[in-house]
Amino acid sequence: MSSLNTQSQPGLLPIVKSMIARDMVLSARIGGSGFLAAVFFIIVVSLVPLGVGPQPEVLSVIASGMIWVGVLLASLLSLDRLFQADFEDGSMELFFLLPLPLPVLVLAKVVAFWLTTALPLIAVAPILGLLLNLPGPSFGALILALVIGTPGLSLIGSIAAALTMGLRRGGLLLSLLSLPLCVPILIFGVGSIAEGSMWNSSMALLLATTLIAIVVAPIAAAGALKLNMT
Amino acid sequence: MLIHANPKRFMDLSGRLLPYFSGVAGFLLVLGLYLALFVAPKDYQQSETVRIMFVHVPAALMTTFVYAFMAVASIVGLAWKHPVADMAAKAAAPIGACFAVLMLATGALWGQPMWGTWWVWDARLTSALVQLFLYIGYIALWEAIDEPTRAARAAAILAIVGVINIPIIKFSVEWWNTLHQPASLAKLDGPSIDPSFLWPLLIMMAGYVMFFATLVLLRTRTEILNRRMRSLHMAQVRVGEQVKSYG
Repeated sequence: MSSLNTQSQPGLLPIVKSMIARDMVLSARIGGSGFLAAVFFIIVVSLVPLGVGPQPEVLSVIASGMIWVGVLLASLLSLDRLFQADFEDGSMELFFLLPLPLPVLVLAKVVAFWLTTALPLIAVAPILGLLLNLPGPSFGALILALVIGTPGLSLIGSIAAALTMGLRRGGLLLSLLSLPLCVPILIFGVGSIAEGSMWNSSMALLLATTLIAIVVAPIAAAGALKLNMT
Repeated sequence: MLIHANPKRFMDLSGRLLPYFSGVAGFLLVLGLYLALFVAPKDYQQSETVRIMFVHVPAALMTTFVYAFMAVASIVGLAWKHPVADMAAKAAAPIGACFAVLMLATGALWGQPMWGTWWVWDARLTSALVQLFLYIGYIALWEAIDEPTRAARAAAILAIVGVINIPIIKFSVEWWNTLHQPASLAKLDGPSIDPSFLWPLLIMMAGYVMFFATLVLLRTRTEILNRRMRSLHMAQVRVGEQVKSYG
């Protein structure tokens, strides 16, 4: 009996791994939403000099802020597919039958989302830093801050994505719900670049915010998913 | 059973409380405004504009208080599936948003003569603005979901996440503000405030709280009546022909 049980119910980790692999394959085959998000990010940030003028001094002051706002917008635009796609084609109902706690499912989805959407954004961020005349020593801090902060953005976004799953015009509402909640990450993210060193107090606060999101967001998003599936 | 019994009991209780609540609220607000506008002395620095404070500070207090109220009501609603708590949270949100707008507007009116500008990216102003956004998101989520019980639970999750986030937002904004600009604006929160200002302010605060309590009761009652009307209407549709023949 017990051997049968272990056969029919694999541990959490294999399911999580295959969930992440599935999402990444899907994202790659559908035509790379991560690629589109990165292009969107580049275009938005390229518009900034057109708006504020080409003076290098001005651009280098606002560079880190504009990059963070661009990352925020680009990941928000992709977030509405996080659960919506699985909800529409019925996969979400099958996920609910998995021997997997819902918060873990959310976490797996967010990890896949981060790998497919946030990583490309982080990869192009240094190029945008060059375009916006970001001071040389800040590049390391920029990358580190993005690596620490974007998981927090994805997690906060997952709450809003779960709350708006299946709603009409959910995408707009998703942005409205998650943007105010992302304020601390934006502030600490920009602050950590401004301080001029690799590891500083705002980097630590950024990490703390992301860690809080790791604890709170999967539970909240799981509650919202359950609610929207019944 | 509980679901049907509770709103009924609430209607009875709130119906009895409402006249007292509104009476006390009206009395406190009139008294507070009289003291604030006519009795309290002019400030030696701010002269007459100091009187804006008596409207502004209680509004700021209520902006935070109402969100906390919504979060507590949401927890009660989620944990005990308490329909009246859900409706109270829903009823409170637009009131809180109005307090936030009132705070921002009176703050701007005070800031113009005092600081020479309508708006500065001061820590408190910024977190107040973010709080207004949170209220708007909460109201929008309620509006977006048709079914009341589902909307209530979704909104409750949002309110709880928001209440966890508000201290972090406040801290981050304060931290951001000190990073970008050193404290340059003196505000009226020295170690002590003169009793001639303190008493009208406290009365106004109590008046605001009672005003909020009155409005929440009233709006929750309206919500219950609306739902009752909706279910009556649906029952009517269901037995449409019969009802027509009786009518």
